[in-house]
Amino acid sequence: MAIPAPRNARPAAAGTSAAPVIEFRGVSKRYSGGDVGLDEVSFSIERGAFVFLVGATGSGKSTVMRLLIKELDPTGGTIRVAGRSLNEITRRRIAFYRRNLGVVFQDFKLLPTRTVYDNVAYALQVTGGTRRDIRDKVPDILRLTGLSTKLHNYPNQLSGGEQQRVSIARAFVNHPPLLLADEPTGNLDPETSVDIMRLLYRINRTGTTVLVATHDQTMVDKMRRRVLELAHGRIVRDEATGLYTRDETTREFAQRLRAPSTRPPGVS
Amino acid sequence: MRFGFFLREAIRSMRRSAAPSFAALATVLVTMLVLGVFIPIVQATNGAANSVRGRVEVDVYMNNTATAADDSRVQSELLQLHHVKSVQFVSKEQAYKAQVATDPAAYALLGSNPLPDTFHVIPDNPSNVLIVHTEIAGSGSGGSPVDASINRVSNKQTDTKQILEVTNLVTITAAVLTVLLVLASIGLIANTIRLSLYSRRREVEVMKLVGATDWFIRWPFVIEGVIVGSLGALLAIVVLGVTKIALLDPLANNFALIAAPRTISFVLLIVVLLGSGALVSAVGSGLSLRRFLRV
Repeated sequence: MAIPAPRNARPAAAGTSAAPVIEFRGVSKRYSGGDVGLDEVSFSIERGAFVFLVGATGSGKSTVMRLLIKELDPTGGTIRVAGRSLNEITRRRIAFYRRNLGVVFQDFKLLPTRTVYDNVAYALQVTGGTRRDIRDKVPDILRLTGLSTKLHNYPNQLSGGEQQRVSIARAFVNHPPLLLADEPTGNLDPETSVDIMRLLYRINRTGTTVLVATHDQTMVDKMRRRVLELAHGRIVRDEATGLYTRDETTREFAQRLRAPSTRPPGVS
Repeated sequence: MRFGFFLREAIRSMRRSAAPSFAALATVLVTMLVLGVFIPIVQATNGAANSVRGRVEVDVYMNNTATAADDSRVQSELLQLHHVKSVQFVSKEQAYKAQVATDPAAYALLGSNPLPDTFHVIPDNPSNVLIVHTEIAGSGSGGSPVDASINRVSNKQTDTKQILEVTNLVTITAAVLTVLLVLASIGLIANTIRLSLYSRRREVEVMKLVGATDWFIRWPFVIEGVIVGSLGALLAIVVLGVTKIALLDPLANNFALIAAPRTISFVLLIVVLLGSGALVSAVGSGLSLRRFLRV
């Protein structure tokens, strides 16, 4: 099962410009209660990267995610996505901005009144996709995520892993250049988590930049991708990608994830 | 294509959340029933009040010796006064005939005609009746009537005042009640809609995260509001119509005791109820959704 090349999507991996996909520059977020969500955080993520965002609860992971989907606005600093400052996006344009993102959540956020097929189709209908578009793309993406037999089930008839697959299918059906996943495996057992990670990796290999927030330390260790660690709203660790960027097939990748936990070489 | 999609979305969500939709429909139905009964009642009350006010007039009694020339002079004088709409002349013969008709025995005893020529002066507006009265009764030299041949001007000041006050009160009360009822209807319908939207706020949140624009989310809800509102109003109209045909029309035909005051025609009532039902629900849906759209 090969991933279909992104149709009418921009060539994500081609690197049309040197601009990073995500760039945080001195970003702070203070909540109205006085809590500090983020404190002068700066980092950038290159096109096509697979990056983990780790940290304890309350460290600011979710704040980063919510800032990126512009559900929140930073109280200081600038966030750029694909070279464009999020401050410049008006309330009216937020919907259009979000169409360039795929978002996956811990609690799946599926529409309970729609079938699997319709949930995924909705993401296309929102962007004005024609019926033909929907007929073409939805079965493809559902096959890719292994849900071909569940087309007409409702979310509450699916297991957690399957629901998360639907949510990933919905996030990716538009072939967005950037996929955000906030604790995608938080509600799932380890075996299912591996499947989900594998799916995310597969999506990453089509050129989509993937940012995964998680607190699943073993998973992060095994994946050997770039890791950004947050604590109390600050970046406390940014492990360079160089060590880990060996290209693998998804099969190798999954085998490694399922292998008994061994610390990757070079990491103390 | 776009509208078809929104329509299908609206029907789908009505089917999926039948209970809240039904609650909204029932609310609209009840409200429209009350409104449909209330509108004609208010109109009848106002009509009655106005017809009472319409009877407010100033009676001018001539001297018994007044000649036809006097009569015509006085008539033109009265017509020249401010706030006078019309003047109706009743000659002593006409008055006598009318009175004899009511009590022939008494007038037979009387033998001669004691009644004077009379003018009924009708003011342009019932509330101006007192002005007209003073004009006629006291504007001549030394506080005497306008014309020497006038014997007496009816002096029913207290009666007239009372009539005016009571009818004013009735009209104002009816107006206040109407406003209150309309406000209550809007509040009730908006609240029911908000409840049914509240159960779907997560759905709205998800739609926003996928990149749906506000109006893309809103249209199906507005269309749903129109459908629910129209259905509720339609049911109310059916109930009202059946009641009218079964109960009211026979009453009106058999007991024409009370002159039926002019009320809104049933067709117009249908239009008003349908229009307001659909409009209030649609606008209510659209507005109630606003708070959930802030994600």
